[in-house]
Amino acid sequence: MPRDFRTALPRREFLWLSAAGFAGFFGLWAMVAASGLVPERFLPSPWAVLSRFRELTSSPFVGHTIQQHLASSLGRYALGFGLAAAVGVPLGLAMGWYRWLDDVVTPLFEGVRFIAPIAWVPFAALWFGTGIGGPVLIIFMGAFPPALINAYRGAKFVEPRLIEAGRMLGASGARMIAQVLLPASVPSIVAGLRISAGLGWQSLVGAELIVASSGIGYLMVKGQSNISTTTVMCGMVAIGIVGYLIDVALRRVEARIQDGRGRSPQ
Amino acid sequence: MSDITFTGVTRVFQRDGREFPTLAGIDLTVADREFVAIVGPSGCGKTTCMRMAAGLEFPTEGTVAVGGRTVKAPGPERAVVFQQFALFPWKSVADNIDFGLKCKGMAQDERRGHVDRIIGVMGLQGYESAFPHQLSGGMQQRVAIARAYVLDPDVLLMDEPFGALDAQTRTVMQEELVRLARRNPRTVLFITHAVDEAVYLADRVVVMTRRPGTIREIVDVASVRGAEGWDRLERIEDVMDQDSFVHLRTHIWRLLREQQAPNDH
Repeated sequence: MPRDFRTALPRREFLWLSAAGFAGFFGLWAMVAASGLVPERFLPSPWAVLSRFRELTSSPFVGHTIQQHLASSLGRYALGFGLAAAVGVPLGLAMGWYRWLDDVVTPLFEGVRFIAPIAWVPFAALWFGTGIGGPVLIIFMGAFPPALINAYRGAKFVEPRLIEAGRMLGASGARMIAQVLLPASVPSIVAGLRISAGLGWQSLVGAELIVASSGIGYLMVKGQSNISTTTVMCGMVAIGIVGYLIDVALRRVEARIQDGRGRSPQ
Repeated sequence: MSDITFTGVTRVFQRDGREFPTLAGIDLTVADREFVAIVGPSGCGKTTCMRMAAGLEFPTEGTVAVGGRTVKAPGPERAVVFQQFALFPWKSVADNIDFGLKCKGMAQDERRGHVDRIIGVMGLQGYESAFPHQLSGGMQQRVAIARAYVLDPDVLLMDEPFGALDAQTRTVMQEELVRLARRNPRTVLFITHAVDEAVYLADRVVVMTRRPGTIREIVDVASVRGAEGWDRLERIEDVMDQDSFVHLRTHIWRLLREQQAPNDH
């Protein structure tokens, strides 16, 4: 049956195609690895990576099993992402309400946000060495901008008549922000936090390559110095899977909030 | 004393570097506890008048004062009922009504008493925990009126509050507003384009010209109402059946008809 190319495929077809994508990728990888064109040391087969992964779950590598490395990464991640959300969202909303705050923060922010999270690594290393502060600072730098920008946009695009209603009822600035701008901006804030979460996770692993003594990035960099390509690739797989799971979880939260507001009036 | 005075009020909108005058030299006083309705063609600036009394917009020239003080910002002593209700969709009916009292810093027990009482007056019992989107337009407008009344405002500003309602609900709401206004008179500025509604509700009806809006005539309804004894009639259709009512309505209709644009049939 002819179909508009933009309409989503039926679910079964979608699953088929994504399975085919994975199969093609792993098939090609396995073929190249089996052909002997690339030395096994640099391109191990998929099964070699899988069996190394199993090994890492039970026997420690550079002090910890892969689960423990992941746990320590996730701890830092939660701290950095939590801080970014806790500062970015209220600040963004307040900037959306107080014009002077907008004028103070925006020029500064517009400059700082172009310093990539990874560019904070040398500074973080100087300040914190391999302590927890370094990775937390770097993930904060990755996660903060979308949290702030989306809260700010949400606050700016609140329906004017709700703001007028709030002012008419005598709401103070703090009450306007907490009880009008915040609830009205929830969809935008959650969308922003989803982007924050992804960027934060990406920056965290980058940070751990340099300024940590545990964690999934640390595992990878040690794998590299031991010329254990399987270990490095196990780290990459773990990053991909966890990142994907974080995104799925947040997408669920987002969908639930949209559903709850689906029948919202006006 | 909470009278509303417009003195030489002019309002000019700027768009794309051009100037659009919407109001030109409005002089009007709404006396303390008087109910004044403004009618006029679309775009004549009647809503702008209300918004200036609310402190949501400001005159280009002239002054708008309430109780002798120039209006500089919105405030709960000048409660507004918006045309599109403007309820907070994430708050329940009770919380929407409670919001303004919270802003006043009133203690919880006291607030509860006020909210319960106004919910009774407006016939919203049983809907306290419902959200606005679960209510019909008429019920939402009751909540919006309750939210304004609960603040015990000196001045009530209503911008076509019944415009979005079906004819039957509108009638019920009009009768209810008359009952509330008799029980507890306020200074009311009521914007509408429905002539019947204006004559039924108001003490005086201000008829405006088309843009830039000026006052064409101010029609005294209160003296006719008193002389003809409309207040003895319970139902809106009985009032509207009176010759005196029909006469006033027709008079205002003729004034509005003059204001039709030449090519506006």
